Amino acid sequence: MSSTSELLNNPEILRELIMDHYQYPHNHKLVEDDSYQSVHMASDSCIDDITVQSRIKDGKIEDIRFDGVACTISTASTSMMSDLLKGKSVDEASSIINQYFNMIDAKEYDPDVLEEAVAFKNVYKQANRIKCATIGWKAMQQMISESEGSDEH
Amino acid sequence: MFDVNEIRKDFPMIVNRPDLIYFDNGATTYKPQSVIDAIVGFYTGYTSNVERGDYETAAKADKAYDGTRKIIAKLIHAEPEEIAFNANITASLNQIAYGLSRMILKEGDVVLTTEAEHASNLLPWFRLQKDIGIKVEYIPVDRQGVCHIEDVKKAMHDKVKVVAMAHVTNVLGSVQPIKEIAAIAHENGAFMVVDGAQSVGHRIIDVKDMNIDFLGFSSHKMCGPDGVGVLYGKYKLLQQMEPVFMGGGMNARFYPDGNIILKDAPIKFEAGTPNIEGVIGLGAAAEYLMHLGMENIMAYEKDLRAYFAEKMLHLDNIDFYNPDNETGPITFNAKGVFAQDAAGFLGSRNICVRSGNHCAKILHDIIGTDQTIRASLYFYNTKEEVDRFVEAAKEISIENAIGIFF
Repeated sequence: MSSTSELLNNPEILRELIMDHYQYPHNHKLVEDDSYQSVHMASDSCIDDITVQSRIKDGKIEDIRFDGVACTISTASTSMMSDLLKGKSVDEASSIINQYFNMIDAKEYDPDVLEEAVAFKNVYKQANRIKCATIGWKAMQQMISESEGSDEH
Repeated sequence: MFDVNEIRKDFPMIVNRPDLIYFDNGATTYKPQSVIDAIVGFYTGYTSNVERGDYETAAKADKAYDGTRKIIAKLIHAEPEEIAFNANITASLNQIAYGLSRMILKEGDVVLTTEAEHASNLLPWFRLQKDIGIKVEYIPVDRQGVCHIEDVKKAMHDKVKVVAMAHVTNVLGSVQPIKEIAAIAHENGAFMVVDGAQSVGHRIIDVKDMNIDFLGFSSHKMCGPDGVGVLYGKYKLLQQMEPVFMGGGMNARFYPDGNIILKDAPIKFEAGTPNIEGVIGLGAAAEYLMHLGMENIMAYEKDLRAYFAEKMLHLDNIDFYNPDNETGPITFNAKGVFAQDAAGFLGSRNICVRSGNHCAKILHDIIGTDQTIRASLYFYNTKEEVDRFVEAAKEISIENAIGIFF
């Protein structure tokens, strides 16, 4: 446990993680399947243009996928998000997303629940890249809230 | 005669931030002290509204505001009454599109443009396409974004009522042969509309010699303040054209039954209190440019760009898209590095460039990419800055782009 958190404090390791997730993004293929929700994130900036899909069933995120044209920070942060939130309950995922947004806003956060995603802890220093680091996370947050809305019906 | 080191002293941003290399002049430009002084002078010496000069400071404001028409007319070789002020070139192009839609355009008419236009010269026409059923057609451009006369002739036909294009394109800096194209447009009875955002303030502009009907440009891209644009139109056309905005200042009188008598052009295009400080600042900017000499500015920029282009061609890690253009931005990508990542890395080295999808259709179809980095120069940039830029450009890599976060 302590060795993992030491690793996640090492800038070299964090840089490598971003690099790996950018060059070999995980869950990087969309599916044509009606049981998936889909969010196209293209209106925040004229640069990043990604689509995130997820299948949420009985309060659990069964799968997350994404694809699109995006920078290192957008791609890697979305890739890590997909790894981290896949298999989590909607409640757990929402809490992790909140912790992640706290980190991005330079507020108090719990690094343990964010795992590799702590690689983006310094993004707040580059204000123009906050959109990049949150684009996939916002898409997932939107799908969670939509799924909760549809459960009520 | 043209001593760039002396010129640089005129710009407080350069004096205050010598650490920065500002190569984002296509987006906006630095302001010389004389422009800042003109604006401050208005607020500290003769603040008043315009067009009602019944007292001394108001008369002075009128003189400075209206006097700017003469200065701008001189810059672009027009008549003062052919110069209307608004918010920016986007306002000018919207006014032109709206005005022409009320004046002549009807269903089935064609507006001919190019594949290299900025959104501001497309979206107003797209709206007319939807609203009144005109058609927008495109003249093809070559790999450097240049539109050729043979292609203009081929694209021209009876239904074409307007030809609208940028003089210098914003993504690739291609200089279009406007004079020749205007002649073809006129032979076919079409109006010639020119987007001068990237050309006015960089080149000698002679609207009479080019024989164009309308021109728009923005103050902030030519050393002037933000929030001011210019609409040039041949006077008889401006007289025929209906303004977008109705309100105070632009009407001569109106009656309870709704009858309105508008003032003559250009005043009828300036409803409401205008951006007086901005127009006065724009006047100071145009005077500054003419004092340096547009010919000198053109020659200096051409030489600097050629120097820059030659250096960029020798970098193995760079895809450089527009080496042959003599003006405009150096448009490139670092191989394998997303444009915004590369721009972020350059930013960490105090180099200001713009990355992105520059709102022009041409990029994907012609260059084969959606995103580029644009390093755009002005007459106050130097070869030393280019050298520093080139050294930084060599170091653009994914590793270094991510490295800025640690």
